[in-house]
Amino acid sequence: MIPEIGSFALVLALLVALVQGSLPLIGAQRGIPAWIALARPASSMLFLLIAVAFGCLTASFINNDFSVVYVAQHSNSRLPLEYRISGVWGGHEGSLLLWVLMLSLWSLAVAAFSRSLPDDMVARVQGVLGLVAAGFLLFILLTSSPFERLLPGAEDGRDLNPLLQDPGLIFHPPMLYMGYVGFSVAFAFAIAALLSGRLDAAWARWSRPWTTAAWIFLTLGIGLGSIWAYYELGWGGWWFWDPVENASFLPWLVGTALIHSLAVTEKRGSFKNWTVLLAIGAFSLSLLGTFLVRSGVLSSVHAFASDPKRGIFILVFLAVVVGSSLTLFAWRAPKVSLGGAFALMSRETLLLINNVLLLSAAGAVLLGTLYPLVIDALNLGKLSVGPPYFNAVFTPLMVPLLFLMAVGPVARWKHTSLAEIARPLRWAFGIAVAAGVSIPFFYGGWSGSVALGMGLAIWIVGASVLQILARTRSGLPPRAFWGMHLAHMGVAVTVVGIVMVTQYESERDVRMAPGDTVKTGDYQIRFLGVEGISGPNYNAAKGNLELLKDGQLVMPLHPEKRKYLSSAMPMTEAFIDPGLTRDIYVSLGDPLEGGDGAWSVRVYYKPFVSWIWGGAVLMALGGLLAASDRRYRLKSTAARAGKLAAQGAAS
Amino acid sequence: MKRFLIPLGLFLVLVVFLAIGLNRDPHEVPSPLVGKPAPAFSLEKLAEPGKTFSPADMQGQVWLLNVWASWCVSCRAEHPLLVAFSRQGGLPIVGLNYKEVRGDGGIDAKKLSPADEASLTRQRAGAWLSQHGDPYTLSVLDMDGRVGIDYGVYGVPETYLIDKKGVIRFKQIGPITPDALEKKILPLARQLAAES
Amino acid sequence: MKALRRTLTTCATALLLGPLSLSAHAGEATPMADNPVVEARLIAISEELRCLVCQNESLAGSRAELAEDLRREVRKLIQDGKSDTEIKDYLVARYGDFVLYRPPVKPTTWLLWFGPFALLAGAVAGLVAYLRRRASRVQPAHLSAADKASAEALLADTPPRPKDPA
Repeated sequence: MIPEIGSFALVLALLVALVQGSLPLIGAQRGIPAWIALARPASSMLFLLIAVAFGCLTASFINNDFSVVYVAQHSNSRLPLEYRISGVWGGHEGSLLLWVLMLSLWSLAVAAFSRSLPDDMVARVQGVLGLVAAGFLLFILLTSSPFERLLPGAEDGRDLNPLLQDPGLIFHPPMLYMGYVGFSVAFAFAIAALLSGRLDAAWARWSRPWTTAAWIFLTLGIGLGSIWAYYELGWGGWWFWDPVENASFLPWLVGTALIHSLAVTEKRGSFKNWTVLLAIGAFSLSLLGTFLVRSGVLSSVHAFASDPKRGIFILVFLAVVVGSSLTLFAWRAPKVSLGGAFALMSRETLLLINNVLLLSAAGAVLLGTLYPLVIDALNLGKLSVGPPYFNAVFTPLMVPLLFLMAVGPVARWKHTSLAEIARPLRWAFGIAVAAGVSIPFFYGGWSGSVALGMGLAIWIVGASVLQILARTRSGLPPRAFWGMHLAHMGVAVTVVGIVMVTQYESERDVRMAPGDTVKTGDYQIRFLGVEGISGPNYNAAKGNLELLKDGQLVMPLHPEKRKYLSSAMPMTEAFIDPGLTRDIYVSLGDPLEGGDGAWSVRVYYKPFVSWIWGGAVLMALGGLLAASDRRYRLKSTAARAGKLAAQGAAS
Repeated sequence: MKRFLIPLGLFLVLVVFLAIGLNRDPHEVPSPLVGKPAPAFSLEKLAEPGKTFSPADMQGQVWLLNVWASWCVSCRAEHPLLVAFSRQGGLPIVGLNYKEVRGDGGIDAKKLSPADEASLTRQRAGAWLSQHGDPYTLSVLDMDGRVGIDYGVYGVPETYLIDKKGVIRFKQIGPITPDALEKKILPLARQLAAES
Repeated sequence: MKALRRTLTTCATALLLGPLSLSAHAGEATPMADNPVVEARLIAISEELRCLVCQNESLAGSRAELAEDLRREVRKLIQDGKSDTEIKDYLVARYGDFVLYRPPVKPTTWLLWFGPFALLAGAVAGLVAYLRRRASRVQPAHLSAADKASAEALLADTPPRPKDPA
């Protein structure tokens, strides 16, 4: 009964989405207040119905209803409760339902937090969101319904993939989808602006906090995915340039460019067409990512099982949504005014260079991800494009960006000079060069990449600190100022983590009998033995090791080798001692011959690896500060709303 | 203002490529050996211990080299087709028994001596052929898979069509389907047979 | 009392750990690989190679059987004294360019390798051209006399505030 209610709720949701996607848009175009007013209640209804459907699926999982195909494929009666719940989005159909739930949540948020916006603008934004939701709901109902029945029902489920039975599944997909889907709001604002012909600084001010919010979620979502891969996969890698990872990184790169472009449009009324194009681009990349992950077109460890019918649907949807947006853009863009003048040497120019660099980097990632497909489609053979390519091409493009990251905030709007920029940055430059050049020697010898990476990171932090000191002398700066510097410093922190772990990590693959020790970094690890244990749905060999420093016990280590009852492949659960300056990472290999109870053990020393994700958290916090700046939280009076509308119409 | 149409144009090109990509298999690895001489090897025959076979022995004939193993499930799908084909007396088929013992996930080959591994291989391969039919002129044993690597084998079954001069002219990845046999292998084989 | 407890604890610890340190087996763990130098090179090379039977993994990390076979081959080639290029050529001869994670630079991959930098160069050039063109098209806003007067009045009214570049 419950799955059928869920299915029915989805059908109703589709109808509501179609209403939300049509009447408010027509109403805004023709000036029909009753249809415009439908936008807010429609979005509430949409959220409610999808939440009901999602609740029904979750209930089916919790109740172990194995007469539902999706539950039988991804769950098991012995699966712990938290994974029965998060398993809802462990497969293609359920994750799509999560997608569309997030979309309706964002739509509801727009309805709730947009009282100060003109009604017709809100109606258009909701209308676009409604259309996107309708497309996804149609996709779910036609090709990927999670409520398909299995009759007679299975006795027990096939169990959730052991790799997914992890806290990572609880947090990473929801956070990631909030980000992916959040860019649909920026997209909707862009389309609304094109449709209404009202593309101005006020529009930028409205859409900026929404874009930043989506960016925050995407940053955290990608960070969580990276941490999860790091501790789950057993060898401490944190980024593989896998097509699915790239699919999430591309909207992030373009989204970052968009945030910076919006700053210019908001402040100076410039780059309006470009900003709109970026907003369309960021969401298009989200949709492209959805296509790549679910169509079977690319080979990836993360890909869902593919079905050509699904691939065709998403491709058509992608073509329609993006194609019509770009057509609308081509039609309306020529009529948009240019905005304020600025000199060649100015913050505007620096932000344009920021965009050029970020988009070149995004272009490189997109090119590398799609190249094998293009070459195959042209019958020129089969190629692989992997980490060696991406690292070789992406890193050089980042270097100038990191350098300019410190310069941008110092440059004045409209007009600045080299002398004006250089004066406050002299000290930061000197310190960065001195530190960058000397740090490698603390770790054993010259290293160009460490010198460059650390130099750039210290340059960014130094410049930010100097700026903060200078600014705070004359009062408390607004939140946006703090947000910007915190986010930039977050990037620097991530760079430190990446550079240090890449250059100085060490791995030892050793044979350990009880009593044997191995050195790693300043520590020693002693192997005591392995014992058998059992968990709720697995049996495991649990290693007992000790982490020692100067002979003193620091902490016990317990890596495991698990055999889930439902799967033939053994799962390695690494044990990590996390630290501010290093992670010690231990994983069990296999029992060895020799009769002495020896096992092969892998020990990794990973300096500063946690800084990679610490930096991401700082970036997200910076974004939060920026998005909650006073100017976005000003309570509106009718007069203010009227004034804004008048300003908008004038420019 | 034609430049505002550039994004749309680029996007449409992308869509075309993605559409073509939907019909391709990203996991299929085409062989670079097509058009090159079949790599030489000298392996023991299944039926005659101590006697070896090498591709040079087949010079002057058009023949098939079929990679198989008893643990391979897909091989069972193509085997009846091979048996029927061999009865028609079309092309000689040489079987390359690939990692019979080491490839079976259930056996720990490290515990076996080479002699034990050889006899277990013969036993399992022979039994399987008795049970399912033997389409092969002869079978050779590639116990450690090294010859397979030389031939670019990455999965089982795979089949190579080799011409009179010993050059690989076609590789079938995966089981031979009736379609592949009719449309690709046989026409090419006839063409090769007509060559001097 | 405290000193007694501490002594007892130390004795207990020594008793427990003592046997471990006195045990004939206890010592420095030996590397799994016979030759760590060869092994390090193996890892470096196989990180650039693709596991052909996996979804998208390098030859270094994969636990698939073919991956183990190919690692064994590469190890043998290293021990035979072959260079990195020779080893990669060996595998490409058998499996094609697909096995390389670093695509070779040849006409079909020029777009891949040089594209991003060409894109950057083109974008920078385009940017400069656009900025020059824009500077000549956009007129800086002119302040009318009335506007200037009301601006001055407002500035005289409000207390001084630092210029806000953020």
